[in-house]
Amino acid sequence: MRRKTLNILKLPIVLVAFLFVFICLQAFAQDYGDAIVGASISDARNLLPMLASDSASSEISGMVFNGLVKYDKDINLVGDLAKSWEVQEGGLVIIFHLRADVRWHDGSPFTAADVEFTYRKMIDPSVRTPYGGDFERVKSLEVLDDHTIKVTYKEPFVPGLASWGMSIIPRHLLEKEDLNNTAFSRYPVGTGPYKFKTWKTQEKIELVSNRDYFEHRPFLDRAITRVIPDESTIFLELQTQGVDSAGLTPLQYSRQTDTDFFKKHYRKFRLPGFNYTYLGYNLSNPKFSDKRVRLALNYAVDKTEIINIVLLGFGTVSTGPFVPQSWAYDQGVLPVAFDPAKARSLLAEAGWKSVNKDGWLEKDGRVFEFTIATNQGNEERQKVAEIIQRRLKGVGIRVKIKVVEWSVFLSEFIDKKNFEAILLGWSVPRDPDIYDIWYSGKTKEGEFNFIGYKNDEVDKLLIEGRRIFDQQERQKIYHRIHEIIYDEQPYMFLFTAESLSILHNRFQGVKPAPAGIGYNFIDWWVARPQQKYRIAK
Amino acid sequence: MINYILKRLLGMIPVLLGVTVLSFAIINLAPGKFSTLDQAMNPKVSPEYQMRLVKAFNLDKPLPVRYWLWLKSSICFDFGRSFSDNRLIMDKIAERLPVTVGINVLSLLFVFLVAIPIGVKAATKAGGGFDTVTTYFSFLLLAAPTFWLALLLMQFFCIQLGWLPISGIHSLDFEYFSPLRKVWDISWHLILPVFVSSLGGFAVISRYMRSSMMEALNQPYIYTARAKGLPQSQVVYKHALRNASLPIVTMIGLSIPGLLGGSVIFESIFALPGLGQLFFQAVMARDMPLIMAEVVLGAVLTMLGNLIADISYAYVDPRIRYK
Amino acid sequence: MKNNPYLFWGLAIIVFFSGVALLAPWISPHDPTLIDGQNLLMPPSLKYWLGTDGLGRDLLSRMIFGARISLSVGIIAVGISIFLGLLLGSCAGFYGKTVDSLVMRFADIMLCIPTFFLILAVIAMVEPSIYNIMIVIGLTSWMGPARLIRGEILSLKEREFIQAERALGATDARIIIRHLIPNAAGPVLVNATLGIAGAILLESSLSFLGLGVQPPIPSWGNILIESKSTLGIAWWITLFPGLAILVTILGFNFISEGLKKIIG
Repeated sequence: MRRKTLNILKLPIVLVAFLFVFICLQAFAQDYGDAIVGASISDARNLLPMLASDSASSEISGMVFNGLVKYDKDINLVGDLAKSWEVQEGGLVIIFHLRADVRWHDGSPFTAADVEFTYRKMIDPSVRTPYGGDFERVKSLEVLDDHTIKVTYKEPFVPGLASWGMSIIPRHLLEKEDLNNTAFSRYPVGTGPYKFKTWKTQEKIELVSNRDYFEHRPFLDRAITRVIPDESTIFLELQTQGVDSAGLTPLQYSRQTDTDFFKKHYRKFRLPGFNYTYLGYNLSNPKFSDKRVRLALNYAVDKTEIINIVLLGFGTVSTGPFVPQSWAYDQGVLPVAFDPAKARSLLAEAGWKSVNKDGWLEKDGRVFEFTIATNQGNEERQKVAEIIQRRLKGVGIRVKIKVVEWSVFLSEFIDKKNFEAILLGWSVPRDPDIYDIWYSGKTKEGEFNFIGYKNDEVDKLLIEGRRIFDQQERQKIYHRIHEIIYDEQPYMFLFTAESLSILHNRFQGVKPAPAGIGYNFIDWWVARPQQKYRIAK
Repeated sequence: MINYILKRLLGMIPVLLGVTVLSFAIINLAPGKFSTLDQAMNPKVSPEYQMRLVKAFNLDKPLPVRYWLWLKSSICFDFGRSFSDNRLIMDKIAERLPVTVGINVLSLLFVFLVAIPIGVKAATKAGGGFDTVTTYFSFLLLAAPTFWLALLLMQFFCIQLGWLPISGIHSLDFEYFSPLRKVWDISWHLILPVFVSSLGGFAVISRYMRSSMMEALNQPYIYTARAKGLPQSQVVYKHALRNASLPIVTMIGLSIPGLLGGSVIFESIFALPGLGQLFFQAVMARDMPLIMAEVVLGAVLTMLGNLIADISYAYVDPRIRYK
Repeated sequence: MKNNPYLFWGLAIIVFFSGVALLAPWISPHDPTLIDGQNLLMPPSLKYWLGTDGLGRDLLSRMIFGARISLSVGIIAVGISIFLGLLLGSCAGFYGKTVDSLVMRFADIMLCIPTFFLILAVIAMVEPSIYNIMIVIGLTSWMGPARLIRGEILSLKEREFIQAERALGATDARIIIRHLIPNAAGPVLVNATLGIAGAILLESSLSFLGLGVQPPIPSWGNILIESKSTLGIAWWITLFPGLAILVTILGFNFISEGLKKIIG
């Protein structure tokens, strides 16, 4: 009897142990196979990475090619085609040690000669690459041996290191080609985890896994990107499980996908975004050159309200030119509270007073009136403009809105600096260098300080921030920049929107991290019984 | 008649030239600039790069020079390369042509096959039940935006019933299908798009048909024909229809250039790789060579369409004579 | 009027909508631009009779104000295009030969020039206002009606009664205005009715391209366009403006039926 009881008592333990082993086995037994079908609003244009200026192309070429370095899940630079690197002589020299076990998809070995070739093409004025700028700061590039490269800069240039994330292209296939006009841009051959298979214009691009990938063979056999230009259609495709992954709008995330069907078949992701939306003032306009006016406008607009209405809460108030999750963002800079009374008193200080019954503020007999221009095709921004318009009306400022087609917006408003205020957004790169946007000399046509911001201390700090490799030292610099810019309000910083997406729940191994979910794509897998697409060869 | 046609064909040359000159000027003088980038600005792109593109595309040359360069190569059917991806314009158009033409021809056929009998029937019993129903129905179709109809039908046929595919023109594994299954697959994908793209034209054509049919049925010769004791169907279809088809002929003529111009909204909703999207993107990006190719294509078809309409007038109504 | 119920009902509808448009500031229950963050996408209720939009604005008030833009776009743009179409088309059909070739080749050219750029160019030159847009829509859409009327007249002018009129010494203008145009009116009236629906929707696609009315001014068309992103959640935003457009074109259709009766 005693023995039996004992056994019964032991049973759960045994069961648990079994279960544990089973789970462990399960965790290691990742199945190969299946395909993932993604949806993209627009088709890729060019799969030669250095010529690809659109996000659709970069997404695809990012899976076919590798750079020397890449960002890991915590947004730190790590080696990719480079095993390691050394920064020498106070940042003037970077030596890259390349992996020796990498082959191109056609079987040829990858060597330092490919890196050199890529660099030469990046700085070749006849090649129409938009990304040459960072490489023009390189003084020389020497191939020390097949797997070692020495890059010497004219002066220390921190963003230079990240610029080596640029995809490396194969010399042996492109040496004799005119890069502007080569079949390679529609049939790319890279070193990446996926090999190019087919591209049907405006329909789909199909990639197949590279079984010899140097990290390991990706578990998913195929990655297919379908071009579906309409968001509503993508959403309908999700409902028939015709598409496995897609981005969502706040409304889709919070309401349209809040159904049993979606809960059963999909998993939703809500991740911090790398962007911010702002209202930029033309600082050469006398209305906005007065700092008190800019501060007043900041008090007069309720950012939380904007986030709640436009993003349905999926965003955070932003106070500076970085994203909150970045080390460069100074958490000590707090957003001012919404305070129309304070706004009115600041405006009164600046000479804008309400003199008659209509309630509009006037100065020297002229009503405070300005136009917010924004680009067509972005409903979110249009709504933000309407809320700002409404709020500024509350303090007596008359705002007009102009929604302009993108091409006209660039040529007539930005290039000619012919605007009073613009509502736009920046997507924020992983490296905090923001020289191109805030440096006072970057105001020529086609450059990005189009609001005409000028602050001597910021100029100095921006230059310094590009020369110092030590992250703690850099952090101090960018925190100071953040503080000055928020204090001066050349932009009214509005919000950072979260990135919302959905993925079919048959995919396992997806681990959200600060960098998003895509960083470990080659580790995603589907258990055999749930695999959906099987024809792949 | 042959003389007339020859004269008209020859006359097309100066008109075509005029169209290209005017369009070239308007397109280039209208605000906006060529932009390869999406709706995002990238601070990594230097102004030097922009200048390089301006040079490469000859955008720094004076307008007449640019027109001349364009004209010289276009005469030999070389429309140049697209600004946005440097591919040959001809290739880009050719790969999209079958989808657009296929869908438009099918829906045009469908429209005329269905709309004409409906218009005729409605006219013969004007004010009756059939007439009222079709009238309200056709206005319903006109008032409802395409995207709305399309999404509604997709919701019903593709999601609720699961009968039809939602978007695209091929299944994902199309390459592995047998030839017969390929044909089936494409037809399967085409049902909804062809139906939706017919709806608008369907409402329009049936209205024109009804209106001119009612007029024709009031003519003295119809009374004569009826008085002679001809059966109703023969009166309507033989005597009245021919006289009532002038506006239909005009509409056919006007819809010929539309054969090559897909609607962007429609194509993006169904994710069809057609010309509508290609040209829309070209316009948005100010991709000049592509826009000009579209202008030329559209112009030739417009003029051909109108010529065909004019010739058919004389056939439909022998009283119309051209000298 | 009594024995022409079509005309009566048609006019009644259009007069009613026009009245609503004119009286918009007095009859709309709410401020059409008032943003209510607490009531985003609310279905029709006692407070908001037709529900609210994505910014919590009252849909009914927006539609009442939207009637101003949409009706005037429809009527003015189509008015211009029909007037030009009648004038040029009837001259081309009646005089034939050189006049015909000149007018019709001009129409061909107009049909071929990309309208989008034409509108862009015009807007760059003149102050962009909704009235300029109506005029541009009108000036670029007379070719269809012109071809329709020309086709009819080509056929009509060879008929006996016109020959008789001519023999009686009637002037060209009299023949065209008194006899040809009324007899050719059928397809043109259809064109006008259909054109109004087209113009109302065209305005919305122009707004969509940044060429039409600017926010926060509502129009039926841009309310419809906005409704696309809320389809499946907020049926009222698509349904009501759609219905408004439907009733409007039905109204114009009744008027055209009524007119046909008067002419015939």
